[in-house]
Amino acid sequence: MSDQRHGPVDPASAAGWTDNQPRKGFFTDTSICIGCKACEVACKEWNGVPEDGLNLLGSSYDNTGALGASTWRHVAFIEQPANTAVSSAGPVSLGMPSSVLPGAGSDGESRTDFRWLMSSDVCKHCTSAACLDVCPTGSLFRTEFGTVVVQEDICNGCGYCVPACPFGVIDRRIGEQGTKNVGIAQKCTLCYDRLGAGQTPACAQACPTESIQYGDLDELRDRAHGRVEQLHAAGVPQARLYLDDPADGIGGGGALFLLLDEPEVYGLPPDPVATTRDLPQMWKNAGMAALGLLAAAAAAFAGGRR
Amino acid sequence: MAKGMRAVNVRQSVLSWPVVRQLTGGDPLGRGSAVTSARTEALQPRTVTADRVVKSICPYCAVGCGQRVFVKDEKVVQIEGDPDSPISRGRLCPKGSASEQLVNSPGRQTAMLYRRPYGTEWEPLDLETATDMIADRVLASRAATWQDVDDQGRKLRRTLGIAGLGGATLDNEENYLIKKLFTAMGAIQIENQARI
Amino acid sequence: MAECHPVGFQWVMEAKARGAKVIHIDPRFTRTSAVADTHVPLRAGSDIAFLGGIVNYILTNEKYFKEYVLAYTNAATLLREDFVDVDELDGVFSGYDPQTGTYDTESWRYEGQDDIAAAGQRDAPKSQSESEESQGARGAGHELGGHGAAMDHSHVIRDDTLQHPRTVFQVLKRHYARYTPELVQEVCGVPPELFEQVCEAVTANSGRERTTAWVYSVGWTHHTVGVQYIRGSAIIQLLLGNIGRPGGGILALRGHASIQGSTDIPTLFNLLPGYLPMPKVDQHDTLDDYLQTVSSKQQKGFWTAADTYMVSLLKSYWGDAATEENDFAFDYLPKLTGDHGTYQTVMDMLEDKVEGYFLLGQNPAVGSAHGKMQRLGMAHLKWLVVRDLNMIESATFWKDSPEIETGELATTDIATEVFFFPAASHVEKDGTFTQTQRVLQWHHKAVEPPGDCRSELHFFYHLGRKLRERLAESTLERDRPLQDLTWDYPVDKMGDPSAEAVLAEINGKHLTGEKANQPLSSYTEMKADGSTSGGCWIYTGVYADGVNQSARRKPGREQNWVAPEWGWAWPANRRTLYNRASADPDGKPWSERKAYVWWDADQHKWTGHDIPDFVVDKAPSYRPEPGTPGPEGLAGDDPFIMQADGKAWLFAPAGLLDGPLPSHYEPHESPVSNPLYRQQANPTRQVFRRPDNFSNPSGGEPGVELYPYVFTTYRLTEHHTAGGMSRWLPYLAELQPEFFCEISPELARERKLEHLGWATIITARTAIEARVMVTDRVVPLRVGGRVIHQIGLPYHWGVGGSALTKGDSANDLFGVTLDPNVHIQESKVASCDIQPGRRPTGPALIAFVAAHRARAGITIQTGNEQRTPPSVGDDDHDNRGEQPGAGR
Repeated sequence: MSDQRHGPVDPASAAGWTDNQPRKGFFTDTSICIGCKACEVACKEWNGVPEDGLNLLGSSYDNTGALGASTWRHVAFIEQPANTAVSSAGPVSLGMPSSVLPGAGSDGESRTDFRWLMSSDVCKHCTSAACLDVCPTGSLFRTEFGTVVVQEDICNGCGYCVPACPFGVIDRRIGEQGTKNVGIAQKCTLCYDRLGAGQTPACAQACPTESIQYGDLDELRDRAHGRVEQLHAAGVPQARLYLDDPADGIGGGGALFLLLDEPEVYGLPPDPVATTRDLPQMWKNAGMAALGLLAAAAAAFAGGRR
Repeated sequence: MAKGMRAVNVRQSVLSWPVVRQLTGGDPLGRGSAVTSARTEALQPRTVTADRVVKSICPYCAVGCGQRVFVKDEKVVQIEGDPDSPISRGRLCPKGSASEQLVNSPGRQTAMLYRRPYGTEWEPLDLETATDMIADRVLASRAATWQDVDDQGRKLRRTLGIAGLGGATLDNEENYLIKKLFTAMGAIQIENQARI
Repeated sequence: MAECHPVGFQWVMEAKARGAKVIHIDPRFTRTSAVADTHVPLRAGSDIAFLGGIVNYILTNEKYFKEYVLAYTNAATLLREDFVDVDELDGVFSGYDPQTGTYDTESWRYEGQDDIAAAGQRDAPKSQSESEESQGARGAGHELGGHGAAMDHSHVIRDDTLQHPRTVFQVLKRHYARYTPELVQEVCGVPPELFEQVCEAVTANSGRERTTAWVYSVGWTHHTVGVQYIRGSAIIQLLLGNIGRPGGGILALRGHASIQGSTDIPTLFNLLPGYLPMPKVDQHDTLDDYLQTVSSKQQKGFWTAADTYMVSLLKSYWGDAATEENDFAFDYLPKLTGDHGTYQTVMDMLEDKVEGYFLLGQNPAVGSAHGKMQRLGMAHLKWLVVRDLNMIESATFWKDSPEIETGELATTDIATEVFFFPAASHVEKDGTFTQTQRVLQWHHKAVEPPGDCRSELHFFYHLGRKLRERLAESTLERDRPLQDLTWDYPVDKMGDPSAEAVLAEINGKHLTGEKANQPLSSYTEMKADGSTSGGCWIYTGVYADGVNQSARRKPGREQNWVAPEWGWAWPANRRTLYNRASADPDGKPWSERKAYVWWDADQHKWTGHDIPDFVVDKAPSYRPEPGTPGPEGLAGDDPFIMQADGKAWLFAPAGLLDGPLPSHYEPHESPVSNPLYRQQANPTRQVFRRPDNFSNPSGGEPGVELYPYVFTTYRLTEHHTAGGMSRWLPYLAELQPEFFCEISPELARERKLEHLGWATIITARTAIEARVMVTDRVVPLRVGGRVIHQIGLPYHWGVGGSALTKGDSANDLFGVTLDPNVHIQESKVASCDIQPGRRPTGPALIAFVAAHRARAGITIQTGNEQRTPPSVGDDDHDNRGEQPGAGR
C-alpha cells in the first residue's frame, strides 16, 4: 500500500476504497473563461451555501474576493497590460490578485494590448491534502473518487484544517446562530453527492464555455497538456498548467488549471506545499501512540470485565 | 429518511465504530472509507430523490436555454441546464443558475397588497376582491375617457385612459390575451420592453 | 455577447476554437472583449461612420460578392432623377421639411414607380406646425416588422452593368465615398490601422467559401438613429453576400425571454399580431383601405396575402360576429391618431389623461429613460396595477422614490391606488417563450404558484371574464367588441386557463368545410373569406396536426446541426430566413462548404438542411410574366420573398422615415460636432421640448463645455435589466452589490476621482452618484483632434423598494428623445459632467442640477432644433431639398 501523502497515483485506494472509481477532478481552462460566475452561483445553489456579503471590492468585477466557507468557487478578474509578467517585477505577491492601480504610468493609446484575465478558482483536492492530514475527527475524508470532502455531521469546528491548507481554501463558516453549518469547516465537495449518482458537479455542468471541465483526472491531464500545446502553437506562449505535476508540493492537484500568466497573478501560490509534508515521521509516531492508547483501552475493557 | 435511519442503526454496531473500521479495513490512517459518517453514506443528490423532472426554459434573456426543474413534495428543489437542448447544451449563466432562488427566494412577494389613495402603508387585500376592484376601475376609467369619434367625426372607438407596459418576460399566450382584451376594450396604449 | 448572453456565447467560443476570428466593436471593454481576437473601442454613437467606412472599403476595393449583389439585391435598380443625397443638402436628403422635421419620401423611390409608399406614410400630415404631433402621426401605423415596405407594383428599371449613375450601386458608392479611414478616425476615434484590420477580416471572411456574422443588441437600437445602424450592417452583409447563408446574418440578441414573442404577438401600440399594423384613423376607415396600405396586390411576394392574415385574425378575435357583411368586425378595432408609445403615454399621465396603468413584469421607474418622468407620471394615476415577482421600485414609488426625498412628491398627497399582484414564475405556468432566433419553446408547469401568485394568463382571463359579465346586459355600441369577443378557454381546477388552447387559437383552424375545426398547418392555408381563423399568421404551424410543436424536445445530439425538431421556429419552422440566397441563382450552393438549401433538379424541388424559404417547387430558372403580382410574381432567383420586388434593399426606396441610406449623425447629445455637414443630429428625431425634458447643449452650441463627457449605459452578466429578477436574489446581488461608474485612469486624474470613492454624474435632467471604478478597460479616444472621455454606467439599480442592493438609477440621467421610425429612446449615449464626491440630497439636488443647467444657458430649445441652423457667418445653403415636395 502506498502512502497517499507522498503523491501516489491513486489516493482513493490508499484511503481504503476497494471498488473505487477512476480519480475525478476538474480542469479549469482559464483561456476560455468569460468570467460570468455561473460556477459561483450554480455551486451555491446546489450546495445551499449562503450569501457571502454584499461588498463592492473594487477588484475589477470580482466582488467575491476569495474562497472561503461560504464561497466554494471564486472567479478572479485580473486587468493587466499584455505580455507583462507581473511576477518578474514588483514585490512578492501576497497571493491576492494584482491590485496595481489601473492605468498607473500609462495613457490610453498605449494600452491597446490590454488583457483581462479571468479564472475560476476552487479547492484543489490535493493528492497530499494537509487539511485531511490534520483533521482530528475524521470529518475530512478521502472519497472513493479521490476527492477531499468535509463531513458536516462529524466536524467539530476545531479549525486545524484552516491554516493547514496551502491555498487558503477551507474555512469555518462564520455567521449568526441559525446559519446553516455555522462554525463548521466548509469547502468544495466536488459535489460528492452528485458524483455518487454519476452526475457532473454543478459548476462544471453550468459553465457556458466549458472553461470548467469535469472528468477522470488522467484524461483531464492529457487534455490539459494538449490544450497548452495548442495554445503555444497558436501564439500564446504564456499558457501553462498549474498543479499538473504529481511531484509538486501537494502531489499534484485534483483540480488542474491552465493559466495565461504566473499563478500569483491569479492569487494562487506559485509553489504550494502541503503543510504536513514533513510530518510523516511524526505521523508514524502518532500512529504508534494511537495504537498504544487503543491497547491500553482494550486492557481497561478486559480489566473491567473481570 | 429510511435509509438514514438504517445507517444510524448500523452505526450502533460496535463493528461500525470508525476506529474498528480503521483497524480492520484498508484505511488504517482513518482518512477514507473508514470514517464515512451516517450522513455521508446516506447521501443522495436531490436530482435523484426528486419526484419528477419537468422541462422548462430559462426566464431571463432570450437565448432560451433549456432547464430541468426538479420537484419534490410539490416544491421546486433544483433547476439546472437541460443537456438535450441544442441551444444551450445543458449550460446556464449565473442568472439561469439562480432560477431556483428566483422561484423560492424568501424575498419573493406572494401576498396581494393594496395601497389606498394617500395611504402610507401597504394593506392586505383578498385576491378575488382585488380583481373585482380592477374590473370596476377598468370600466369606470374606460367610460370616463371613452373617445367614440375624433373632432372630425371619424371613428376612434377607444380610450386613452388605460395603459399597460410589459410583456417581454411573459408567455406568448399571455401577450395574446392581453392584446386581445386591450384591443376589445379599446385601450391602445399597451407597450413592452421591445419599445425600450 | 459574453456579458449578456453567456450561454449563447458558447457557440462563438466554439467557432473561435475552429478558427473563426472574433472582433468586438464596443465603446466598452467587456467580458466579450476579453476573449475576442480584437477589441475595437469606439465612441458611443459613432457606429454609422464606422459601418459606412466598411461599406466604402468594400466598394473602393471591389471586395463585394458581385454575383450575389447583382442577382439578389437592388444594386442594379435605377433611382429617380430628383433624389438628392445629403452631401449636396448639408446633411439632409431630398424631401426634408424643416417645419415638421419630416421627409416627403417621394424622391427616394425607384425610377418608374409612380406610387410607392410605406404603410402609414402616404397620408402623413404635411402641414401641421407641431412637429411632435406630425412626427408621432407618421410613426403610428408605420410598422413593417419582418418585411419591406409596400410597392405599387414590382416592375423596376435595371442596369445590370451597375454603371448607370442612378443605379443604387453608384448612389451607394458616392454616398459612402467620404467615409474614409481618416473620417472613421475623426468620428469614432478608431486608428486607421485598427480599422483596416477589421475591414480586411470582414472581407477576407466573406464570399463563396466563407461567411461573416454580425451580432448586435440594444447598443445599436437605443439611438435616435437606431434603425439606420441596423441598416448599415445590412448593407455590408448584402454587399458581402452574408444574408440567408449559414454563418451569416445580422443577429439581434434580445434581452428578455420572450421579447421576440412580445413583438410577434405584440403588446405594442402600433401592431397587431404578425406585424400587421394597428389601424389608423382616416387611413384605415375600412378593411379595404387598411389592406391597401399593408400591401399592394400588384407587388411581389407573400405580403400580398395580407388579407387572409388579417381576416383570420379578426375571426380569431370575434368569431361568428366577424362576418363578410361587417368587414369581419374590422370596425371593432380602436384607431390610432399618432404616437401612443410608452413615452408619449407617460407624458399623457402627467396631463392626467391616463387613469389606470398595468405594469406586467416591467419596472419603468428604473428601466425606462428619464426615471423621474416615469415616477412623477405614475403619481398622477388614479390606479396602478403592478404584477411582479418582487416588490419593485415602480410599485413603491409613492413611499420611497427619489422624488419623495427631494420633496417633489409627498406620500400623503399621492392619490394613486396601487394594487400589487404577485406573479407566477416560469415554472408555475405553461406557455411558450419565443427566443432570439424566433424559436418557440414550451415550458411546462412544474408546480402550483405559491400564495396569491398567479400567471398573467390567469389574471387577464379572469379580468376579461369579469368585464364581460359586467357588460353582458349593456346596449352600448362601444361594448360590442367585448361582448362579441371569443373568450372561452378551458379552465383547470386552480382556475388557470389552458395555455395550450390559447396556442391553438394563435395557430388557427379551418372553420368550415370538411376540415372544420382542424388546425391549420401553414399560413398559406389562410383564407380571406372568413373560413379560417388564426391569431398570429406567422405562428401558424406551431399547432399543426393538433400537436404542440413548440414542446418538441428531440435532443440536439440526435438530429442534424440545424436541429429542426427542437421547438418550432416561425415562420414554418425555418431556422434561417431567406435561405434561398444560400444557393446561387441556378440553385446550386455557393460552395460545398456553405451548402444549406439547394435546388434538386431530379426531384424538381428545393431541399437541404433547413426548410427552404421559397416556393418549394419553383425552379431557379422560373421567370414570371412581367408585372405578375403576389408569390407567383417571384422569379426563381428572387430570394427575398417578403420584399415587394423580391430583392434585398441596399437602398430603401420606402419604409424609412429618416433616410434611404444610413448617414452619420451625432447623438442627440454630443460634445462633438458632426464633421460631415452642418446637420448635427438626425433631423427627424422625435424631440420633446418640455421644461421637464431639458437637453444638454450639443456640437457647437454654447454651454456644451459644461457637459464635456460621453456616457453610455449597459448591463452586467450578474444582473438582469432593471433588476426585478436579480437584485432580490442573494446569489446575484452579492456578485455585483453596488452601482458604480467605470472611468479611465486619465479621467480619474483629470477630475480627481478616486478608485472606490464617489462620483456625481450630472445631466440637464438630474445628478446621480456612483462608486468609482477606475479601470484600464476604459480608454480615452482621440476624436476630431481632441481627447474624448467616456463613462460607463450599468443601469440595474434603483432607489427605494426592498431590493438587496440599491443605488441611483443610470437611466435617470437621460431625457426622452426618440428614433422617428420606432419611437425607441436614445439611451445608449448622451453627454454629462462628472465630479468627485456624493451628490446633494433633498431639495438641494434639484437646485444643484438647475444651477449647472443655468451655467450652460440651457433652455427648452437647447439641443432640440431638429434641423441644425447654419452657424453665424455661414453662407446660405442650398435649401432646395428642404421644401416640402421639392423632390417632385
